Amino acid sequence: MAIKKPASKGATEKPSAEMLMSFYREMLLIRRFEERAGQLYGMGLIGGFCHLYIGQEAVVVGLQSCCKPGDSIITSYRDHGHMLACGMDPKGVMAELTGRKDGYSKGKGGSMHMFSREKGFYGGHGIVGAQVPIGAGLAFAHKYKGDGGLAMAYMGDGAFNQGQVYESFNMASLWSLPVLFIVENNKYGMGTSVERSTAGGDLAARGVPFKMKTMVVDGMDVLAVREAGLEAAEYIRAGNGPVLMEAKTYRYRGHSMSDPAKYRTKEELEKMRAEHDPIDGLRAKLIAMKAGDEESFKAMDKEIKDIVIAAAEFSQTSPEPDASELWTDVLVA
Amino acid sequence: MSVQILMPALSPTMTEGKLAKWLVKEGDKVQTGKVIAEIETDKATMEMEAVDEGVMGKILVAEGTEGVAVNVPIAVLLEEGESAANIKDAPAAAPAPKAEAAPARETKAPAQAAPPPPPAAAAPQGSIPTGPTKMMTVREALRDAMAEEMRADDRVFLMGEEVAEYQGAYKVSQGLLQEFGARRVIDTPITEHGFAGLAVGAAFGNLKPIVEFMTFNFAMQAMDHLINSAAKTLYMSGGQMGSPMVFRGPNGAAARVGAQHSQDFASWYAHVPGLKVLSPWSAEDAKGLLKAAIRDPNPVIFLENEILYGQSFPVPEGELVIPIGQAKIERRGKDITLTAYSIMVGKALKAAEKLAEEGIDAEVINLRSIRPLDIDTIVASVKKTNRLVNCEEGWVTCGIGSEIAALVMEQAFDYLDAPVGRVCAKDVPLPYAANLEHMALPQVEDIVAAAKAAMYR
Repeated sequence: MAIKKPASKGATEKPSAEMLMSFYREMLLIRRFEERAGQLYGMGLIGGFCHLYIGQEAVVVGLQSCCKPGDSIITSYRDHGHMLACGMDPKGVMAELTGRKDGYSKGKGGSMHMFSREKGFYGGHGIVGAQVPIGAGLAFAHKYKGDGGLAMAYMGDGAFNQGQVYESFNMASLWSLPVLFIVENNKYGMGTSVERSTAGGDLAARGVPFKMKTMVVDGMDVLAVREAGLEAAEYIRAGNGPVLMEAKTYRYRGHSMSDPAKYRTKEELEKMRAEHDPIDGLRAKLIAMKAGDEESFKAMDKEIKDIVIAAAEFSQTSPEPDASELWTDVLVA
Repeated sequence: MSVQILMPALSPTMTEGKLAKWLVKEGDKVQTGKVIAEIETDKATMEMEAVDEGVMGKILVAEGTEGVAVNVPIAVLLEEGESAANIKDAPAAAPAPKAEAAPARETKAPAQAAPPPPPAAAAPQGSIPTGPTKMMTVREALRDAMAEEMRADDRVFLMGEEVAEYQGAYKVSQGLLQEFGARRVIDTPITEHGFAGLAVGAAFGNLKPIVEFMTFNFAMQAMDHLINSAAKTLYMSGGQMGSPMVFRGPNGAAARVGAQHSQDFASWYAHVPGLKVLSPWSAEDAKGLLKAAIRDPNPVIFLENEILYGQSFPVPEGELVIPIGQAKIERRGKDITLTAYSIMVGKALKAAEKLAEEGIDAEVINLRSIRPLDIDTIVASVKKTNRLVNCEEGWVTCGIGSEIAALVMEQAFDYLDAPVGRVCAKDVPLPYAANLEHMALPQVEDIVAAAKAAMYR
């Protein structure tokens, strides 16, 4: 059920109605997928940690629309949306969440550890910040091979005080690596707000001493994200070195499933949902430009719902991995 | 079609909770994402959102009810226009097939009997020429191994502190920058955590990095990437994403550099599934094992020794690749087996000479590979000698000697005529003072004493 994306033509291109509709569809798929994952977690079918992406959909959908085949993507443990945006099959992702043999990691990775070499998705990393130098390394490989590819290394604001993030900025800038560092600032690293964790408070500004191009974008607006992403990708592909982009966004759900969200007010959440929801916002735009009507949205809702229900069913009918899988994939033989 | 709303689990450990409050009533329209109830778990009060849309048909569990088990139906949602009349009443009667279909762990416990497969089952491939040899230092052997593999495969590159323009902090990479250029011989900033992670990313991206740590003491800064990123990703990705790379550098005590720069990390890395751990002694080991490590598709920890860098040994000419997982019997003997790796192999050989003067004929095994460990060679030797002393520079607790003792106990218990001896560093951080440092490190005399004890002499 991979989503076909209209090919990107460069920074100057105005997104067509068809493209906007595809963004809408992708964001809706992520949201409905995550809601269903939350439900399966509630039923005990998904265990352990499960970090939902609801609210942040515009960031990854906007940026992935700027990627080309062969580019590399890497992120933290809040990764389901990134996998769907990379075109990974919702069935395989959901089956990994339920720990079944048809999951992307044969059930051995779980929510935080999924990969697809075919789609250029390099995880899914559970250690806060660890994906950042690995992302710089993927960019190093692109440059070493001279294949014209770039790496997108996503992180949350919670990772932004890890030392290895700055070690990566330093090497990426020093060696002009083709990497876009994206900090998805959803305002809270678990329950600690940026104000309480990050001196100075201005995340993008931390790229300046490394002589990186820095950008700040409204992460609740998929078109703004795409526009910034195209500019960044063009800059990087031209050999100018890394870019640091701060996407200001918001997560509606808790840090993980067991988060009671005592650190923020209901009013703050409600205001975000009511005034800045990325999906509602794009829907209003599409209606205003007459790109879609009630009928077409309803049909899309149903299509997405069917995809997600099929994924949920698949994730429950796929068997648990065979006991023999316990011993495989420790080493390459 | 109506949809049952089930009591959700809202934490990894929750089995039941209190339905604190309903925020909708029967007949209300419900949209996906709308908060419909508040649930009290063992940890906190959480909001429950609707996943499906529809009309609240019937509330089955009243607010204020405590001890509601996870997965029990608590309400029924109707499609618009559907009648509530045909909803069955009692929640107990409502089938909860999904709850039963949920993780059937007790009933389907994986057969515990499944035996671990033989470690590194694939036949080790190597090539050890038997023709003429050439004298060479360990330092030159390591450099030649890297140069040969870099000539053969453009994906192989070297990165680390001072490996390029400085020609290597210990001159191991001498000449490599001149031959291969700055694209493939890369000076890094002093940033172990960062460049170890970057190298893992390069390995994910189909390159074959050799990462030089100026010493393995500094690799502690990078430990997370060695273990969590390099060693575990193949397993976590169901076999998709391996890390074909080598982390190498001097390990163990040098001379008079104090506690922070003098530690043997063999047992740390040997503990971790997903890693291979090699530790050469001679120049032959250094060249043949490093070439094997670079060719291996797995992350290999390659533990060198600074004091050995300048020592010369005969090295077979021609293509030399030593199979990983095979020990080498450096000296044949019949009375007692001495196992050792790295610098301790030389000390064990010296101890064997002293023991010979006293009529004790010791067999000396150079482990070469710590993980996988060539336990077959050790057990075969013990079955002959009936006595075993392991020699290592690491601390005694949970050391390589402890592991070998346990394995020999499991596999050759009836053949042992004496307890397995462990010659190790003293259980203290390494002191600076020359006399104390000498006392703290395992010496030839310690091996001789341990061997005689095992001989009851």
